[in-house]
Amino acid sequence: MSEPGRRWTGHPLVQLTRVRYREFFREPEAVFWVFIFPVLLAAGLGIAFRNRAADRTVVAVVTTGQAAPLADALRRADGLDVSLLTDSAASEALRIGNVAMVVVPSASGQLEYRYDDSRPESRTARLVVDDVLQRASGRRNPLAVRDQLVRERGARYIDFLVPGLLGMNLMGSGIWGLGFAIVDARKKRLLKRLIATPMSRSQYLASFVLSRLTLLVIEVTLLLGFGVLVFGIPLRGSLPLLATICLVSSLAFASLGLLIASRAQTMEGASGLMNLVMLPMWIFSGVFFSASRFPEQIQPFIQALPLTAVIDALRANILRGAGWHMVTGELAIILAWMVGSFVLALKLFRWR
Amino acid sequence: MIPRMRTPHQGIALQVRNLRKAYQDVVAVDGLDLEVHSGECFGLLGPNGAGKTTTVEICEGLNTPDSGEVLVLGRGWGHQDRELRQRLGISLQETQFSEKLTVDETVQLFRSFYDRGPSPAEVIAMVQLQENPQSRRQLWELIERFKADGRSILLTTHYMDEAERLCDRVAIVDHGRMIALGTPQALIARLEAEHVVEFALAEPSAIDETLLRAIDGVCAAERRNGTYRLQVSELHRAMPSLLAELRRQGAQLAELRTHSATLEDVFVSLTGRHLRDE
Repeated sequence: MSEPGRRWTGHPLVQLTRVRYREFFREPEAVFWVFIFPVLLAAGLGIAFRNRAADRTVVAVVTTGQAAPLADALRRADGLDVSLLTDSAASEALRIGNVAMVVVPSASGQLEYRYDDSRPESRTARLVVDDVLQRASGRRNPLAVRDQLVRERGARYIDFLVPGLLGMNLMGSGIWGLGFAIVDARKKRLLKRLIATPMSRSQYLASFVLSRLTLLVIEVTLLLGFGVLVFGIPLRGSLPLLATICLVSSLAFASLGLLIASRAQTMEGASGLMNLVMLPMWIFSGVFFSASRFPEQIQPFIQALPLTAVIDALRANILRGAGWHMVTGELAIILAWMVGSFVLALKLFRWR
Repeated sequence: MIPRMRTPHQGIALQVRNLRKAYQDVVAVDGLDLEVHSGECFGLLGPNGAGKTTTVEICEGLNTPDSGEVLVLGRGWGHQDRELRQRLGISLQETQFSEKLTVDETVQLFRSFYDRGPSPAEVIAMVQLQENPQSRRQLWELIERFKADGRSILLTTHYMDEAERLCDRVAIVDHGRMIALGTPQALIARLEAEHVVEFALAEPSAIDETLLRAIDGVCAAERRNGTYRLQVSELHRAMPSLLAELRRQGAQLAELRTHSATLEDVFVSLTGRHLRDE
């Protein structure tokens, strides 16, 4: 209830929300971690794992027996780099990963392929090298084949990565943004001071939601804008759906942050809890690689994690153009986390 | 609009009846009764752990009692608390405001929570004085202004000089109970001795307290930790007799102090302890 003449800027909700902005933007570190770091991470990983079509496979040939003609045959093949090395140097190069495989000729003419079959590039190298050498020795292919190359945006690692980073960022800024601010205020006895005033407690919480939403727009625009402009990430799905996914995700993580901060009295305690909550999701939820790589037995657990649902929904929308009906499962999981955490947080929350 | 309060306890800003609060291992408040009149500055005094903070926080609606009744401006906590908070000024012992906000921004924030200024008779300030001397000085000035406006004030402190100077009436609490109540002047007058003399003797001298009590003008004498403490009604008569008695006993003075009796002396005479012994 405000005086008739009071300016809107004097409304407690406006004041509380402005305090949130001021506290955020006056903390350069927070701005860096929320806005800049994800873009740097995307840039770094995008460059490191850029399209590998032109990459070359390095193989070593040990300088025994008929090494020179073998090396010549391999050098004529596409995409292979060949080094002639002594046996021990070749083994060392294989061990530290400088070469994908080692070809060891012997006096009898038999070849030995030395490689680690758990390394995908080594398995590929073995197939290519064997094919080249067999054909050089006169093998003829009975089947006629023709290659047609399809290189599509959306199937590269950077395409996979950006929605993952976006999800991770939504989680971090939601949980840290709310959690730290509240625990800090409790530690300073500021929460207690605030509730000694006529301030509405729901407006205090609402100010976090409002500031979160504005920061969310900046956060998402920066990271996705960078991905689209620099790496040409496709945005195949509907933008309203994308906005909805980001919105509910951010609110769900903010609720989780509120829950974590509901009792913690110290920053150390809160940090520990936050890491405990976020660490499994950093590992299992498929930020950097597909969550389906984990064993079948723990998949139900992984699929129930909020970040898994967020990243799956983002990838479905951004990369596959999935519509609303295709992400209802993920949205349901995110909403369940949002409502569950919020209700529990209100029950547990201590203002003192 | 806040409905104008019609209080059934006209003239009483704060009423506390038979308040009790226990924590796991300690009884903080043990059946306390208090009344702060409208326009009065009331001091709640006592050593650390006497239950002052718990009592004030219950009055401020920041803590809940186990039993007992609290009426602030005629109404209890638990319903329409926000309206009551419009009329309550609070200074907590330890609050750190955000270091990222300017003072002006912090003031703007807190001002936005309040609708309008109610008349002085409709508000009560509850102030917990702090350890920091500078902020205490500033609070003194604020309290003087409040008093001049006719506002009601509940003040807690363990600095007795402060209470003596600021408060119209004081209650001394110890172990969660009230042990004295009245104006500072009345409480000091109850000692029947306006002066206190404290002295220590050079080792190995000693003097029997009964000899000291016999001196003309000495109302009470005790010895604690090697320091003798006399309550004296007429200093100009007691002092020469004391010095003469010490000379007769062959005792050498190591230290001698005298001051007018204060609330601190009231506390000491009631409990045998100093306020800040702990």
